[in-house]
Amino acid sequence: MDYKDYYKIIGVEKDASQDEIKRAYRKLARKYHPDVSKEADAEARFKEVGEAYEALKDPEKRAAYDRLGANWQAGQDFNPPPDWDAGFEFSGAGYTGGDASDYSDFFESLFGRGFGSAQTQRQHTGFNARGEDHHAKVMIDIEDAYHGATRAITLQSPELDNSSHIINKQRTLNVKIPKGVKQGQRIRLTGQGSAGMGNAPAGDLYLEIEFKPHSIYRVDGHDVYLDFPLTPWEAALGATLKVPTPSGLVDLKITAGTITGRKLRLKARGIPGKPAGDLYVVPQITLPPADSETAKELYRKMEKEMAYNPRGKLGV
Amino acid sequence: MNQQMHTGIIIDEETELSLNDLCKACSSSAEWIIELVEEGALEPIGYQQTQWRFSGNSLQRACTAMRLQRDLGLNLAGIALALELLEKIETLESRLCQFEQKE
Repeated sequence: MDYKDYYKIIGVEKDASQDEIKRAYRKLARKYHPDVSKEADAEARFKEVGEAYEALKDPEKRAAYDRLGANWQAGQDFNPPPDWDAGFEFSGAGYTGGDASDYSDFFESLFGRGFGSAQTQRQHTGFNARGEDHHAKVMIDIEDAYHGATRAITLQSPELDNSSHIINKQRTLNVKIPKGVKQGQRIRLTGQGSAGMGNAPAGDLYLEIEFKPHSIYRVDGHDVYLDFPLTPWEAALGATLKVPTPSGLVDLKITAGTITGRKLRLKARGIPGKPAGDLYVVPQITLPPADSETAKELYRKMEKEMAYNPRGKLGV
Repeated sequence: MNQQMHTGIIIDEETELSLNDLCKACSSSAEWIIELVEEGALEPIGYQQTQWRFSGNSLQRACTAMRLQRDLGLNLAGIALALELLEKIETLESRLCQFEQKE
C-alpha cells in the first residue's frame, strides 16, 4: 500500500489553515469535476482530491494523519504503526461525502471501513422501500452500435449482510446492447438495481454507453467521421475506391478535383436508428515521398510542365 | 452466476419519464426536481406535476445537477447556469470539431 501525501494532492503547506484547505479543495474540485472537465484522468483526480479533503477537512482525522509524521514520501510503501490512532476518537458518521468504496486502501487503513455511506442509510428508512437505482458505465466499440452486442457486466454494490456489516457484493449480468445506441445514452434495465425492502420492488439499473476510442472512426452524435487518405492523382483525376465503414466495405466515387477536407457524405451509413446517422468521408490528400530518382524526376517534370502557383491569392 | 440475457430500453429524446422516474434514477426528492423545474433547469411537458413528462436527456441533466450540488456545493441558480454553460461548450466544441475537419 502506498503512502499518500494529502497536502501535496490538495496543493497546500502542512501548516495550512482549514480555510486554505477548503479553498484549495473547492478550486480543484471545480477543475476536475467529471461533469465539467474533459481531461481523461479527471475522474481519478477528482476522487483523489476528494479523498485528501475528506482526511484533512476534519480536524480529528487531520491530526491523526499528521501524527504519522512528515518523513513519508508519496508512493512509499506504507503500513500504519500498530498503535497510531491510539487516543483518537472519530466522531460523526465517518465518510460524509461520496461512496466508501471510492477511497484508497491507504485511506481505509487509517480511518477504517464500515462507515455507513449515505446510500445504505437510506435503505433503513422504511419497511417497504423501493430499492435504489444504480448507475454504471459500459464501454463498447463503434461497431457494436451498428450491429448490437452482448456484454457481461460485473457490478459491485455495497450491501448489508445479516450482522449489518457492509460487504461488497459482486454480480455479473449479461446485457444486450441494442443496435443504434449513441455515446452518452443510457439504457434502463428495470428491476436490476438494489433489491427492495419488504414487498417493494427492486430499483433499476442505468447503463451509460461510452464508445471506446477507435483507430480510424470518430463519432459525433449519430454521425461517424473517417479520415480517408488519397493520392494526388486520385484526387485530381477522380477514382472509385473501397472505403471501410463499420457496416462493411463500400465503393465510393471520388470526383475529379477533390480537395482535402471537403467531406463526402454516405447517407445513413452512420449509427443506425430513426433517423440513421451519416458517415462522412474526409479526404486527406497525401504527398508521395520523393525518395527515389524516378520519383524526383516525376516531380521535376510536373514543376516544368504544370505552371501551377498555389500562392496566386497572396500576390507572390 | 446469472446467465439470463437482459434487454434494456434506450433512454433517448423520445423516451418520456415521469417525475417519479427522475426522482428514483437520481435518488433525489420530488421537491428537489420541482425546484429544478422552477429554476428552468428542466423543462417538462404538461401543466400539472402529476402529468409532467420529461424527455430522456432530462435524466442526464438531473443527475449532473445532483452531482454538481453534492460535490461542488452549487445552489440551484448556479446549477442552472452551469448546465446552460456546459451545454453551450458542448455545442461550440462540436462546431469547432466540424470546422477543423473542413480545414
